Amino acid sequence: MLHVTNLQKTYHSGDEALRGVTTSVEGSETVAMIGPSGAGKSTFIRCVNRLTEPSGGEIELDDTELTALGDDDLRAARRDIGMIFQEYNLIERLTVMENVLSGRLGYVSAWQAFRRSFPPADIKRAYEILEQVGLGEMADKRVDELSGGQRQRVGIARAVIQEPKILLVDEPTSSLDPETSNTVMKLLTNIAADRSIPVLINIHEVNLALEYADRIVGVHDGELVFEGTPNDLDEPALDRVYRGTDIPDTTTDGEGSTETDDQEAPLTTTGSTAGGV
Amino acid sequence: MATGERTWQRPTIFRTRRVKWAVYAGFLAFFVWSAVGIGFDPRRVLQGIGNTAVLIGDFLPPDATARELNRIIAKMLESVAMAMVATVTGIAVSIPVAFMAAENISPKPLYALNRGFISISRALNAIIVAILAVKAVGFGPLAGIITITFKTVGFFSKLLAEDIEDIDMGAVDAVRATGSSPIQTLLYGVVPQIIPRFAGLSVYRWDINIRTSTVIGIVGAGGIGSVLLTAFNRYDYQYVSAILLSIIVVVLFAEGVSAVVRRRYQ
Repeated sequence: MLHVTNLQKTYHSGDEALRGVTTSVEGSETVAMIGPSGAGKSTFIRCVNRLTEPSGGEIELDDTELTALGDDDLRAARRDIGMIFQEYNLIERLTVMENVLSGRLGYVSAWQAFRRSFPPADIKRAYEILEQVGLGEMADKRVDELSGGQRQRVGIARAVIQEPKILLVDEPTSSLDPETSNTVMKLLTNIAADRSIPVLINIHEVNLALEYADRIVGVHDGELVFEGTPNDLDEPALDRVYRGTDIPDTTTDGEGSTETDDQEAPLTTTGSTAGGV
Repeated sequence: MATGERTWQRPTIFRTRRVKWAVYAGFLAFFVWSAVGIGFDPRRVLQGIGNTAVLIGDFLPPDATARELNRIIAKMLESVAMAMVATVTGIAVSIPVAFMAAENISPKPLYALNRGFISISRALNAIIVAILAVKAVGFGPLAGIITITFKTVGFFSKLLAEDIEDIDMGAVDAVRATGSSPIQTLLYGVVPQIIPRFAGLSVYRWDINIRTSTVIGIVGAGGIGSVLLTAFNRYDYQYVSAILLSIIVVVLFAEGVSAVVRRRYQ
């Protein structure tokens, strides 16, 4: 399980992306992290496996403190963290198989990586996982021949073949159409359930978060402003996440969105759609 | 401003119209100063045209004795061999230089050092480098190989470094995120993205090197150029044109091969 304590990140530009976020992902739950663009969701995920170096705080994955690890230990720790990206981040000129096998790079030598000579067990598993994500026939296709949904499934396969202890998923659906988004979310949650590993998903489509997550955390401007079940995510909570307005939990006005600051993110529980970039 | 009818002028890329005309005037002044400075004289041009006509007569037809022909062939082969060796050594040196000269993956001091080296290599013309190389290692193809290798590094690593700077860093991040080492990340995340460009640049540089290898012999750095110089010194213009013809044939052939290979690859 993942325990994050008081995570902070200030970029060189002085931007405070994270102002002390504390949360955890336990057991085999699916946690959705919601929040407006620029709230710090991606920074949070990238800080966990230190693709971005955090400026402060602690990150603990199954009793390993990640922020203090040296290069070699960090690489070993990263092997246990599967990551899936918004723009898939595949190596376009390589085949589907090579992209999937890149998930095993942490276990082979540089020479083996160069020669693409992975152990037979890895190759067998790669075929099994490709079958599972529905790309069984595609192993030798070059990735740049695939559609967006197919690419994201290659991305999922690459993360899964790591046999990770946790999946970190950064906006998996924002480059996909609504139907493909649903397929990808279903696949992600099924795979995590099969392997009983926890998943942390950044997502700004609230309806997808409500449908697929066991628990939801909301960030606004680098701070955690909501934590609870999908049922707890009511209108005031959404306001806090997307507008940062501090409305007391016992609002009597019901729909709190009759105020006139329409310039802010016009998001409601039902009206959220696939956002642009 | 508000004088009845509204007019419109296309905005200029210069800040104001006055700046624009100042730049044009400056350009014209530079040209006139240059032409006057080097003593540009139309009468000499006319006279030169006459001389050229006579010279062309002397050049034709290309001719070489059997001995001269053998010499052309031997020295042309030397040029081709120099170009081949120097292309390989040049590219071998260029690969690490290019990676170190790519801003996105190289530490700042290393980047500056390698960019500096590239700039020096590009600033010096092959003839100048060849003169230095001949001074250093003496006459012959070794000086030529050094020269062409040095020039190849400037060209090849600059263009390859720019290509490395253009790669998709997202894919590189993803490879890093799996726990791979820096070398693995380079081999698996970076190299596949630059391979096509690498192949194209290699062939392109090979054909440039063939051209260079035909001229640096003039200063003693091996190859067909030395034969050309002797022929000129003897005023044996028919021999000269035979040599020039051989250079044209070889260079065009190399360019053709290079163009076909690059088209196939991209």
